Amino acid sequence: MAGKIHISLTVNGKEREANVQPRRLLVHLLREDLGLTGTHVGCDTTHCGACTVMLNGKAVKSCTVLAVQADGAEVLTVEGLAEGEELSAVQRAFIAKHGLQCGYCTPGMLIAAHALLQNNPDPTDEEIRDGISGNLCRCTGYTKIIDSVRYAAKIKNAHK
Amino acid sequence: MNPPEFEYVAPKTVQEAVDLLKVRGEWAKVLAGGQSLIPLLKLRLASPALLVDIGKVPGLDYLAESDGHLRMGAMVRVADLNRSALLKKKYPAIHDASGVIADPLVRNLGTVGGNISHGDPANDLPAVMLASEGEMAATGSGGNRVIKAEDFFTDTFTTALAHDEILTEVRVPVPLPRSGGAYLKVEQKVGDFASAGVAVQLSVDRASMCTKVGIGLTAVGPTAVKAKKAEEAMLGKQVTDRVAVAEAAALAADAATPTSDIRGTAEYKKRLVRLLVARGLKRASERAGGKE
Ligand SMILES: Cc1cc2nc3c(=O)[nH]c(=O)nc-3n(C[C@H](O)[C@H](O)[C@H](O)COP(=O)(O)OP(=O)(O)OC[C@H]3O[C@@H](n4cnc5c(N)ncnc54)[C@H](O)[C@@H]3O)c2cc1C
Ligand code: FES
Ligand code: FES
Repeated sequence: MAGKIHISLTVNGKEREANVQPRRLLVHLLREDLGLTGTHVGCDTTHCGACTVMLNGKAVKSCTVLAVQADGAEVLTVEGLAEGEELSAVQRAFIAKHGLQCGYCTPGMLIAAHALLQNNPDPTDEEIRDGISGNLCRCTGYTKIIDSVRYAAKIKNAHK
Repeated sequence: MNPPEFEYVAPKTVQEAVDLLKVRGEWAKVLAGGQSLIPLLKLRLASPALLVDIGKVPGLDYLAESDGHLRMGAMVRVADLNRSALLKKKYPAIHDASGVIADPLVRNLGTVGGNISHGDPANDLPAVMLASEGEMAATGSGGNRVIKAEDFFTDTFTTALAHDEILTEVRVPVPLPRSGGAYLKVEQKVGDFASAGVAVQLSVDRASMCTKVGIGLTAVGPTAVKAKKAEEAMLGKQVTDRVAVAEAAALAADAATPTSDIRGTAEYKKRLVRLLVARGLKRASERAGGKE
């Protein structure tokens, strides 16, 4: 049996350590070893994006990253979006514009939207569609999600 | 779905990685962005004893022109290609392709080297390399060598790389003045692999006559296909010569040997090739003329 490997990484600003099998997926490290169950597993086949997290500043599908690959990395999950009690602009916008129904895709959508706005603070609708094109939603028909992202950009830009 | 058990090593140099591959033989596999390999592991379609992660080798993520070539380090992420202003301006075929590979999340991890080494005829970069006189630089236990794109893609999921060879750099020549390229892909839904894709790279003289033409096809054969007869049909012809364009498009469709599957019938895919070659030649020639 392949031995476990010691890894350390920063998750939502906190130093975390774990001993993991090389085959451990990042999403399982987060959910099961670190108890951060906000990140969901939808498809497990790299299609749905429910497992999206930020890895070293880039949005990725955490079901398709080995935990050992994230050794030394910085990870941001949906639990890290809010600042203390205050929800982030993206989170507030999804509430205001009804950007969710069942909520299963939402953690991934929030992270994808967060990543998009970080690179492109004032995206066109086309760019929003492209930015969330790796994230599937079976409920909303996307219209309200696009409204939410557009609104999040507006709130963020108003605060500058 | 958990991958099967394997050992994992993240060497710090290419040489170390090559040594590991040599010692461990066929049971060791390179891990780059993981966006093809990890799904395969989860489906248990691959079960290597050792993964050699080259993601922690420094210096494999450069993207720059030097000595007459655009040089892309193997670990450059597809998303970085898409963000590059240089590529957008001077290497539009590569830039086009980098925007339609998978989705933005997969592109943040998937690498240039992985896209090409995987040997998947449905991956988008191989056809671009075939159209653009691409070359692959590899390091193995026998030293370094350069493999032409034409000789690289030997069969489905099989390339000219030996099992202890690592692709370190992918490069294309700096285009001549009045050159242009394009990559066109038809996909059934956003983020999917191509039903068919076409890469075109061409150069014209002052009278708009084609002096160089490269055409590569995605997802319509056991490997990416270089449509040689179609290329020859355009050489010496005006880019606006409708008869020549129609002939090249038909010859490219003849070179395609697609199979019918969920992404369309073989007949449909051949028609796509024909259409996309004609459109690709037009777009590439417009770009060669400095439009867009
Ligand atoms: C949902 C989904 C949709 C996708 N859609 C597309 C698409 O539309 N178009 C497209 O082109 N691709 C698509 N892909 C594939 C994606 O682009 C992969 O990133 C790419 O095929 C492999 O690159 P990687 O860096 O992730 O390689 P890995 O997955 O790490 O490796 C792939 C293979 O190449 C070998 N390898 C990798 N790098 C090297 C190297 N430097 N030297 C030697 N061997 C090496 C590995 O051993 C392995 O066998 C999709 C993937 C997913 C999950
Ligand atoms: S669970 Fe990772 S993409 Fe669906
Ligand atoms: S809200 Fe249900 S999947 Fe998106």
